[in-house]
Amino acid sequence: MGYRFDFGALVQYLGLFLEGTAVTLGLTAVAALLGVVLGIAGAAACRGKHVWCRRAIAAYVELIRNTPFIVQMFFIFFALPSLGLRLTALQAAALAMTVNLTAYAIEIIRAGLESVPREQSEAGRSIGLRPLPIFGLIVLPQAIANVYPALVGQIVITMLESAVVSQIAVVDLTHVADFIQSRNFRSFETYLIVTVVYLVLAVLMRRLLTRAGRRLFAGRVR
Amino acid sequence: MTDFTLWDIARNLLLAVPWTVLLSAIAFTGGGIVGLLLLVIRFGRYRWARVGVKLYVELFQGTPLLMQLFLVYFGLPALGVEVSAWLAAALCLTLYASAFLADIWRGCVEAIPRGQWDGGASLGLRYLAQLRLVILPQAMRLAIPPTVGFLVQLVKSTALASIVGYHELTRTAQILTNATFQPFVIFGLVALIYFVLCYPLTQASRALERRLATEKH
Repeated sequence: MGYRFDFGALVQYLGLFLEGTAVTLGLTAVAALLGVVLGIAGAAACRGKHVWCRRAIAAYVELIRNTPFIVQMFFIFFALPSLGLRLTALQAAALAMTVNLTAYAIEIIRAGLESVPREQSEAGRSIGLRPLPIFGLIVLPQAIANVYPALVGQIVITMLESAVVSQIAVVDLTHVADFIQSRNFRSFETYLIVTVVYLVLAVLMRRLLTRAGRRLFAGRVR
Repeated sequence: MTDFTLWDIARNLLLAVPWTVLLSAIAFTGGGIVGLLLLVIRFGRYRWARVGVKLYVELFQGTPLLMQLFLVYFGLPALGVEVSAWLAAALCLTLYASAFLADIWRGCVEAIPRGQWDGGASLGLRYLAQLRLVILPQAMRLAIPPTVGFLVQLVKSTALASIVGYHELTRTAQILTNATFQPFVIFGLVALIYFVLCYPLTQASRALERRLATEKH
């Protein structure tokens, strides 16, 4: 007996699909924004003179990079309440994604900062700029431009990994798929469609961010 | 209800570690074999096959591993093919690993100068012999550090198998949490165990990379 595909059964859930997509993209946007800002701060602190600060950041980066995202998320959602920090599922998901992306962003941006020649900051000093403008106006833009593709890649990975947040009942794209297939028993069609949606999101996100980067860094992003 | 001591929790978690390691090992071995096959096709003569490999890699790298797992575990039974959690996890992670390894190794092969292929050809070697005797031995040196690095990603990815009910470390942690209500201790320990599994690999990958960098000069 052959299986009859029925994608038509999914049309009525279009609204749900859109809501789920919005949640997935919203979470990714929050994590990307905070992750990159904190990543810059962390990478900058790594160049500072405080040894303990450098060590703490290095430990944080290693801890996050060597444990699964889902375990980090479960820890934040299930374990932190016992310390008195009670978060909603959505807050926990956003926090977990940010914590995760920040670690990778620190690593990437640190490599970017190292790729900027020392003469650049010396040139800044020679025209009388103070350390903060030298960092913000001269070194950082070049550093970000150099590692921009890696940064975009990591943000896309964070978006794809966010499928896991459905496991703490955040109503993201994956959760919507779970719900729909429990209603219509069309699990194959449902998951196939959602997989395609993720693929399209990943491709579009990469394209858009790369294009934005070219504008932002005036052609310095390859 | 029985009381769980810290030792009970730790012991139960440690008993689950072999399953995480086994799944990683199977996915890595299987992924390596399939990845090598993809690599051979990727540099082969047939254009459509090369495009096919590109799409395969793009597909696995551009979609969540969780969706791939759900498609196999929940989707295939709807088509009449029953799969166990164990089979679904092993199959998905193998395919996932093959796509990433094929992509990593492609970069390493491309880093070998074109003249090496030509040199092989001038000795009268055919494509497969060129790849096996000339290119791969050189590419292998470049490939080892990122391959070890990917192994870390793979070990972490096996945690997703818990979602379809495969009893590895993360799944065991969830069951223990439901029984003991001690999420802080349990997920703390689980994170520690994953760290102990992954950190040496991360360090090894870094050390190998450094050695490669100094060899070049």
